[in-house]
Amino acid sequence: MAKRLDLKDVDIYYGKFHAVAGVTLSVPPRSITAFIGPSGCGKSTVLRTLNRMHEVIPGATVDGQVLLDGEDIYATSVDPVSVRRTIGMVFQRPNPFPTMSIRDNVVAGLKLMGVSDKKKLDELAERSLRGANLWNEVKDRLDKPGGGISGGQQQRLCIARAIAVQPDVLLMDEPCSALDPISTLAIEDLMSELKKEYTIVIVTHNMQQAARVSDQTGFFNLRATGEPGKLVEIDDTEKMFSKPSEKATEDYISGRFG
Amino acid sequence: MTATIDAPATGPTFMQVSGARKVKDRIATVLVYLSFAVAVIPLVWVVYTVLVRGLGATLSATWFTESLSGLLGRDPGGGAYHAILGTLLQGVVCAIISVPIGIMVGIYLVEYGGNSRLAKTTTFMVDILTGVPSIVAALFVYAVWIAIFGLPRSAFAVSLALVLLMVPVVVRTTEELLKIVPTDLREASYALGIPKWRTITKVVIPTALSGILTGVMLALARVMGETAPVLLLVAYAPFINTNIFEGNMASLPLMMYVERNNPTAAGTDRIWGAAVTLILIIALFNVLATVLSKYFAVKTK
Amino acid sequence: MNDPAVSGTSTGTGLTSAGRGLPDEPNVPEAGAKVPESPQPPAGNTTGTATFTQRGDKIFKAMAVGSGGFIVFLIGAIGLFLLIQALPPLLSNQVNFLTSREFQVSDPADLRFGILDLLLVTIEVSLFALVLAMPTALGIALFLTQYAPPRFARPLAYIVDLLAAVPSIVYGLWGLLVLAPAIAPLAVWLQSNLGFIFVFAEGTAKAEFGSTLFTAGIVLAVMILPIITAITREVFSQTPRTLIEGALALGATRLEVIRYAVFPFGKSGYISASMLGLGRALGETIALTIIVAAVAANFAGSLFSGGASFASKIALAANEFSNPTLTGAYIAAGLMLFVLTFAVNALARTIIARSGAQA
Repeated sequence: MAKRLDLKDVDIYYGKFHAVAGVTLSVPPRSITAFIGPSGCGKSTVLRTLNRMHEVIPGATVDGQVLLDGEDIYATSVDPVSVRRTIGMVFQRPNPFPTMSIRDNVVAGLKLMGVSDKKKLDELAERSLRGANLWNEVKDRLDKPGGGISGGQQQRLCIARAIAVQPDVLLMDEPCSALDPISTLAIEDLMSELKKEYTIVIVTHNMQQAARVSDQTGFFNLRATGEPGKLVEIDDTEKMFSKPSEKATEDYISGRFG
Repeated sequence: MTATIDAPATGPTFMQVSGARKVKDRIATVLVYLSFAVAVIPLVWVVYTVLVRGLGATLSATWFTESLSGLLGRDPGGGAYHAILGTLLQGVVCAIISVPIGIMVGIYLVEYGGNSRLAKTTTFMVDILTGVPSIVAALFVYAVWIAIFGLPRSAFAVSLALVLLMVPVVVRTTEELLKIVPTDLREASYALGIPKWRTITKVVIPTALSGILTGVMLALARVMGETAPVLLLVAYAPFINTNIFEGNMASLPLMMYVERNNPTAAGTDRIWGAAVTLILIIALFNVLATVLSKYFAVKTK
Repeated sequence: MNDPAVSGTSTGTGLTSAGRGLPDEPNVPEAGAKVPESPQPPAGNTTGTATFTQRGDKIFKAMAVGSGGFIVFLIGAIGLFLLIQALPPLLSNQVNFLTSREFQVSDPADLRFGILDLLLVTIEVSLFALVLAMPTALGIALFLTQYAPPRFARPLAYIVDLLAAVPSIVYGLWGLLVLAPAIAPLAVWLQSNLGFIFVFAEGTAKAEFGSTLFTAGIVLAVMILPIITAITREVFSQTPRTLIEGALALGATRLEVIRYAVFPFGKSGYISASMLGLGRALGETIALTIIVAAVAANFAGSLFSGGASFASKIALAANEFSNPTLTGAYIAAGLMLFVLTFAVNALARTIIARSGAQA
């Protein structure tokens, strides 16, 4: 049930620090949107506001609207916890729960919310692990600790865990930056498959990756340290990498800075 | 360039360390090694004393199975079962109260407190509580439980005093261990839509559990050896009593303290036998701490 | 963990009914849970989820914050309740509480109790223990962090920590029955050769019998040694590598590295560790009660004296806690001990906090 995301004039603050200013963009369903830009430009910060994860950091606030299929996820009646169940997230470093088995890691989202039907959970674990292209590699050791597999497998385990709660949107924060090239390839293949069912937003430092996997690309930049980061432009990936409208984008993509 | 110019520049390859500096360094080394020896001597000496004087008593057939009920001061035989039971009972009741409070305070400080005024005050007060002498803790319980509420002396009053001594240790341990649980794990859990309290109880605490259990066992071992609270808050009984709210109850420290007034050979046996038993229990809890920490440790294989 | 948040709150499907079926242990499959047909995410149904999570979160947070507040309240309550119990006897005290050396509480109509002697004994024996323990602890901490091969440092540190695991009553018995006779010759020698210094002068107990503050001080030193060592070791081990390597590169000997890099870095940690040790010594009860002889004469400053500290005075009277006024007098003494240890500990913690080291 992929849904669309719309950001309208989003401003993000950490206490008094204005981190990101005036972001407006749309993420169509069943597509991959990549955020690129130099370090500290706020692309990860924007990503974290899409499922209210930034609220975990004390003092972080947001102005403007983030709409999921037209519903404001920051409306007062909306519980951040339910937002995060609808909009899943995969992090930079694989972070399986070390105390849980592979199987329990996958179903953690539902199990910790009280679902306890073992058959249902087993089915779900298999479905999610297959969805994350991990089933064949771990099916014989589902009861082994989640921390005992390779980094690339751990990251796919985290993806399986995120899709197990059947979110509408999947956010990925540099999901391959801690992985070797082969694992990266596996994840990229997986993303193209996941696109059929989910709306995906990915932050990446790797421009080739953005060019390879994404349908549209947004470029973030900031003028100087201390100033808020801004969305310079967002467009179809093909256009962004061939003839971007902004000079800054071209400079960045052609490797002149950043 | 002539040889005469080069000559003065050629000194010894390595400058010698002056004699005085060398001697000072040697003396310091000797003193430092000596001070470590000074620490080991009393430990070995105490353990040796206790074992030599007390092991005989504990090897008797009835030591771990019988109380001193019905025996006179000079009668040999009997055992420390009543005191062992009392010590464990008081310790366990204390742990049942301290562990939840201590862990919750630790959770508060790490997961909720942040830099708030209450959090800072709490940290400070936990530090102060760590330093409260056991006799003051006992007096406080006496003042509230016995003097104001008018309740009788009992093993439960002892447990309450021990709680005051154990809580700060549990808080400290929990705090230290929760701090090293990676933020990644909390975020992973939040991102799955798991609420904060579930995240804490199901993800954060299990990750830190092994260390917390170790800390709890060590703290428990420590408070079970306390004498001041039992002295003030419960009277000695040479027989078995399992009612923590009423009546006299023995414990190993109290048995040692009371039997000091017994000048007979049986009394001496009881004192040192109890000492061996107490140290044995403390050692057992230390070993248990290690075993538990291994068992609950986060596994990767 | 019982979970009141989920009991009978919500209507609806999906997550909500899953949440409702979570009475005790969600990991047990047969927990009587009403599992939804398929574990679908909440979708449009956010109200049920909100109730589940927000109430659970609120209750759990309240418990955590309450526990924190409870600790703060507890310290206040200790001071307050001791004061409440101590006030009546203090008001009917016939002598000055702070400056009198008498402690006569057998006649409730004629209470005469002062803490001067207790205070002096407590402080002298604790300081004596500190004087012995401080350099030793420093040596041990340096040994463990700078001299011992890293492979052995941990087990050796564990041995020192074991000193703290021995109960104080065992130390007391050992001190009186084993240590005292063994050090009697030293005590006698000190008294006859250094007797002109007031601490070694003839006191109210016989040096050769060993039931003196001298013996007690040595035992106390052993007891506070692991406390001081543990923290000092911790601070020293945090000396930045660069400081040490900088000194070594200048050709410093090991002693010089310690003097110019390790010690300056860890000095405040060492001092506050010593103060925590002092706090422990001030409040130590049973070892003193057992070792030091009770005497009637006033304390004149010699270590070869009997007497009682705050803590041992209270412990010795424990069996006579019968009427509230009598008990109140001892509680007043306990209150003074509380104030004393509070001050010493607070000072130590302030130093640690200022130096930024972890204790």
